[in-house]
Amino acid sequence: MTRLVPTGVLLLGALYCLLPVSWVLVAASKSPGELFTLGAFTPGSGLLGNLAELSAYRDGVFWKWTANTALYAGGGALLSTAVSAVAGFALAKYRFRGRNLIFNVLIGGVLVPSVVLAVPQYLLFAKVGLADTYWAVLLPQILHPYGIYLARIYAGAAVPDSLLEAGRIDGGGEWRLLRKVGLPLMVPGMVTIFLFQFVAIWNNFLLPFIMLGDDGKFPLTVGLYTLLAAGANQPSLYNLIITGALLSIIPLIALFLTMQRYWRTDLSGGAVKG
Amino acid sequence: MRTTRLALAALAVTLAAGCSSGGDAAPEPEAAAPTGPVTLTYWTWAPNMDKIAQVWNAANPGITVTVSKQAGGDDAAAKFLTAAKAGNAPDLVQAEYQHLPSFVAADAVADLAADTAAVKGEYAEGLWGLVTLGTEGVYAIPQDSGPMMLYYRKDLFEKYKIDVPKTWDEYAEAARTVHEADPKVYLGSFSSKDPGWFAGLAQQAGAQWWSISGDSWKVGIDDAATTRVAEFWGGLVAEGVIDDQPYFTPEWNKALNDGTQLSWPSAVWGPGVLESNAPDGKGKWGVAPLPQWTAGENHSGFWGGSSTAVSSGSKNRAAALKFATWLNTDPAALDLLVKEAFVYPAAGKGQTALGDPPAYFAESQPDFWQQAATIGTTARGFTFGPNVGVTYNAYKDGFDKALKDKAPFATAVKSMQDATVADMQKSGFTMAG
Repeated sequence: MTRLVPTGVLLLGALYCLLPVSWVLVAASKSPGELFTLGAFTPGSGLLGNLAELSAYRDGVFWKWTANTALYAGGGALLSTAVSAVAGFALAKYRFRGRNLIFNVLIGGVLVPSVVLAVPQYLLFAKVGLADTYWAVLLPQILHPYGIYLARIYAGAAVPDSLLEAGRIDGGGEWRLLRKVGLPLMVPGMVTIFLFQFVAIWNNFLLPFIMLGDDGKFPLTVGLYTLLAAGANQPSLYNLIITGALLSIIPLIALFLTMQRYWRTDLSGGAVKG
Repeated sequence: MRTTRLALAALAVTLAAGCSSGGDAAPEPEAAAPTGPVTLTYWTWAPNMDKIAQVWNAANPGITVTVSKQAGGDDAAAKFLTAAKAGNAPDLVQAEYQHLPSFVAADAVADLAADTAAVKGEYAEGLWGLVTLGTEGVYAIPQDSGPMMLYYRKDLFEKYKIDVPKTWDEYAEAARTVHEADPKVYLGSFSSKDPGWFAGLAQQAGAQWWSISGDSWKVGIDDAATTRVAEFWGGLVAEGVIDDQPYFTPEWNKALNDGTQLSWPSAVWGPGVLESNAPDGKGKWGVAPLPQWTAGENHSGFWGGSSTAVSSGSKNRAAALKFATWLNTDPAALDLLVKEAFVYPAAGKGQTALGDPPAYFAESQPDFWQQAATIGTTARGFTFGPNVGVTYNAYKDGFDKALKDKAPFATAVKSMQDATVADMQKSGFTMAG
């Protein structure tokens, strides 16, 4: 009985999360005529047709958006992880004037939703002439307060001071210590930060929507939105949007499945060291 | 607050300039012919506009137009205003008629009055008024328009033995007949999510939501005409003989497709929606003029439609205007607009250029375009104000609430009026009365 209740709650949670995804999967198989006529979970016959139509839409602009999203999410998450790891390491392992102030400001930064910053960031980027460039979407996502916060906590727990002391006695410089001692120990934490940032950038809508004017630089989220809001007098291309949404979540699922083992190490590692 | 005041100052300046300069406005320095090849950016959401721009680029090597396809609707207007504020706006932008006043108020679009005298004759007077906003200025070139008409299922009208309603009274009577014959079936639906639709019906009834005299605005959203339209639909919804499903929802699409909704007062761009959302109805729909408020009258309104504006920040204003003029008035371009972008062109000669009816109507209404052209001449618009976004949001909130509380629809109209006036006062506009 005591075991049944949590299992039941978890099953309900899984159902709650998976039902919409399975709806997308089924709906993507429907041709435009079937979309509003077949039952919600009755598979249609148009998946291949939808895929072909999506690929052909405006000379394959969908794949361009996919490549853009991969660049924004992959590049942004990598850079953000690097910055977070170095900053977190420094905050955790060095004592210097203003350390607590910086950390408190960072925690304040965690509380400010990035949505609020998008418009001011746009105005600033426009001023320096970077609006409507790839940098306009990449740069604001590199500094991520929550990532630095996580890295600091993780470095504090996973990198023993004694190990660093030993390295210093052996004559290692600070950079060398960071690279050879700190970062290898922090890998599981960095994977967590990378995944967090990757998913956040992959799904980000508002920042690229405001920053970008050129539809060749759009990520998937903004690109698919142009299909949805096609103007009052044009029908929305629902079948393409749903198929596009399905394709756009496949990389995320693949990433989680391959990164899962690091994620697990992270949780258990944190528990032992903490 | 500072930006608002700047915007107001800009509006005052543009309006004053429009009133005082008369016909002999000197061409502005930016309007001088560009030297060397120029590149223009164009934000639009019309389908296949990039293909149309390619045709222009091939014929005009000196002026290259790059199309950037945007999401349409209210978000597009907000995005353009933000970009203009940051000095980062595209040279050309697709502007829906109802958003143009807010662009003018923010000084985001250029006044083209000095160079558009030749273009004016291409358009019906009511349409041209939508880009002049009742001033001497010209803030865009009209592209497409959406005169409203009644779409109805010919076969099902016969089945339920109802005639095409000529007046709104007959429409109400038909709604009762149909719903009595089969409680699952409705003649139509009232949409609390489509303020543009309601505005078109109010225009048909003769409403004037905004007017400007001198520099003071008058808001008349709760005038007799609009209240009459609202109470008419409110009565039918309260009786239960009209559905209250918003348009373009999956449920509404389904109802159109399976024949449980028999008609739709919509605009000339309706065929595209019907074709994709109600594929089973192909060859079964017809069109007729909107029902009238008084028998024997002949009025319609506009739902949707947009124009091409040149942004005030453009460094190549003359080239941009040249492209906008070509796009919206040249016969070859109009032909492309119809065939590639599926718009109903605003220019008179574009409308006569329409040949075969939409495939969806080929069997049931072969004279679709002739009908549309006849109805189009009866459509009347009104001047939109500088804060249409506020008004339209108040429409959605107000009518959603009225539907939920089963309150009289006139209260929703009143809330639109109050929200609009309050916002304009807050923004510092001078209000009459």
